[in-house]
Amino acid sequence: MKAGHRVSTTVVFAGLATALVIAATAAIGYGSVSVPPLTVWKILWHRLTGLGEPSWTISQDAIVWDLRLPRMLLAALVGAGLSLVGVSTQALVRNPVADPYLLGISSGATVGAVGSLVLGISFWGATSHALAGFLGALAAFALVYALAVRGGALAPSRLLLVGVVVGHALLGVTNYLVLQADDPGKTNSALFWILGSLAGARWADLGVPVVALLIGFTALLLRARALNALLVGDETATSLGIPPTRLRRELFATTSLVTGVMVALSGSIYFVGLVVPHAVRLALGSDHRRILPAALLAGAAFLVLIDLLARSLLSPQELPVGILTAVIGAPVFLVLLSRRRVSETGL
Amino acid sequence: MTLAIEDVQVKISGRAIVSDASLIAAPGEVSGVIGPNGSGKSTLLRTAFRHLKPHAGRVLLGSTDIATLRPADLARKVGAVPQETRSDFDITVREMVTMGRTPHKHPFAAMTTADHEIIGDALSKTDIEQIAERRYATLSGGERQRVLLARALAQRTEVLVLDEPTNHLDVRHQLDLMLLVRELGLTTLMAVHDLNLAAGHCDRLHVLDGGRIVASGKPAEVLTTDLVRDVFEVDADVVAHPRTGVPHLILSPLERP
Repeated sequence: MKAGHRVSTTVVFAGLATALVIAATAAIGYGSVSVPPLTVWKILWHRLTGLGEPSWTISQDAIVWDLRLPRMLLAALVGAGLSLVGVSTQALVRNPVADPYLLGISSGATVGAVGSLVLGISFWGATSHALAGFLGALAAFALVYALAVRGGALAPSRLLLVGVVVGHALLGVTNYLVLQADDPGKTNSALFWILGSLAGARWADLGVPVVALLIGFTALLLRARALNALLVGDETATSLGIPPTRLRRELFATTSLVTGVMVALSGSIYFVGLVVPHAVRLALGSDHRRILPAALLAGAAFLVLIDLLARSLLSPQELPVGILTAVIGAPVFLVLLSRRRVSETGL
Repeated sequence: MTLAIEDVQVKISGRAIVSDASLIAAPGEVSGVIGPNGSGKSTLLRTAFRHLKPHAGRVLLGSTDIATLRPADLARKVGAVPQETRSDFDITVREMVTMGRTPHKHPFAAMTTADHEIIGDALSKTDIEQIAERRYATLSGGERQRVLLARALAQRTEVLVLDEPTNHLDVRHQLDLMLLVRELGLTTLMAVHDLNLAAGHCDRLHVLDGGRIVASGKPAEVLTTDLVRDVFEVDADVVAHPRTGVPHLILSPLERP
């Protein structure tokens, strides 16, 4: 069978860029106070360059620039980051349906953030929960690595098993922390955090994920050809000049860094790291030189759109974005899966 | 370029799988490694492209110990077709062959016209141009082996290491593959399961038994009734092939006393 249903690379990238622009415009414009798309761009243009005559109200400007833009950007960064680590996790454990959350890192972030919420630790304002989340992710990374490594090597199956086990243990800790919280307000905010939310994003929150995403993307793109070889097998990688043992250690560290930062900032947003890379692979194949940038764009557009739905579906109530990604992501994934032939995926 | 394995010992989980193994693969010759299951053929071959590092002894390329080479430098000199090749991911034949250029490219370097010519040449030598856009996972065993060989050819190495490339192939594809390997004229070290295939197409044979090389030489010197009985535990009548004259083994079970 020919790889005929693959789509032209140019078409895919043009489509993804367009989707991202449309999703971003809609996310900034739509809400309790609507701002027309053209005005959205005029405001952005004016803010960035100082050009153009303001034909909008001060409150429109504040809503666009101070409220919706940082939230949209955080959604884009988290979506891009999660789908990027989805791609790297799948190469790391050599399984096209692996999810970055299987490695246990996100559960560490959850314990850290929920712990600081419930215990009321707040040494650094609102940022301290994210910081605690990141510290939790680091601790989980160290634990999973220590348990999974054998003679310097991270065997895919062992890494996956250790990640799942550590993840479940940490989930137990999280549940205990939530249960023993002494006031319902804390329980509620912990639950909301666990389910994933981008609400309350501020400009100050964006620096860390930008840096993490840049580091992760550059590190992975530098290894794009190496990742291709790793998909085929460890011996193949060696024979092509890529030591698989070292590559896996680097991949695990990069993946954990990006996962830790994104989950610490936004909670557990499930399925993005699984569905987006899978869809990108279906359209473009397995060459990481194409699918890494494509996953970045697709993940950003996907989560911006989902977050828009999360805050508008039951408006003025807000749904945790993680609930939506799970509810939408699962059937999308099943549809994608059913289009593949059994022999191709080994599933 | 000569590939020489010198007094190599390989341990896995503390157990010696290969001991005191030495062999020379001469330039342009096809050197076969034969031996029963579990005799250490794959392990020995893995030291030749440094997938395994020997616990003792060394592997030389010309006069260079391959342990001193950087991974990409080694991969520009030695290409390999390992047995384990996963196809869980959607990879086309052309993409698989393109991977052979990996050791020649810097991370951000784009593919050049020269690269595409080399890939085209590898596809044509292995006669897989017509299936270049198909998925590797959908290919037959014979097609897959040709694709993996094409990938190693795209590496443009002087030495090829092939781990039982004829496994799971029907007779026609076995013979086609052996002829192709011979035509390439590269220094080739290959593990072969079928003794007659090895006898007919290898310039030299090295016999592994229990991790040790027990005989080396031309097929006619090595494949004797005694050796085949001692190592493979079958009875062999060695005759000359009526058309090519190379030794041919007619095998039967050992008569047990």
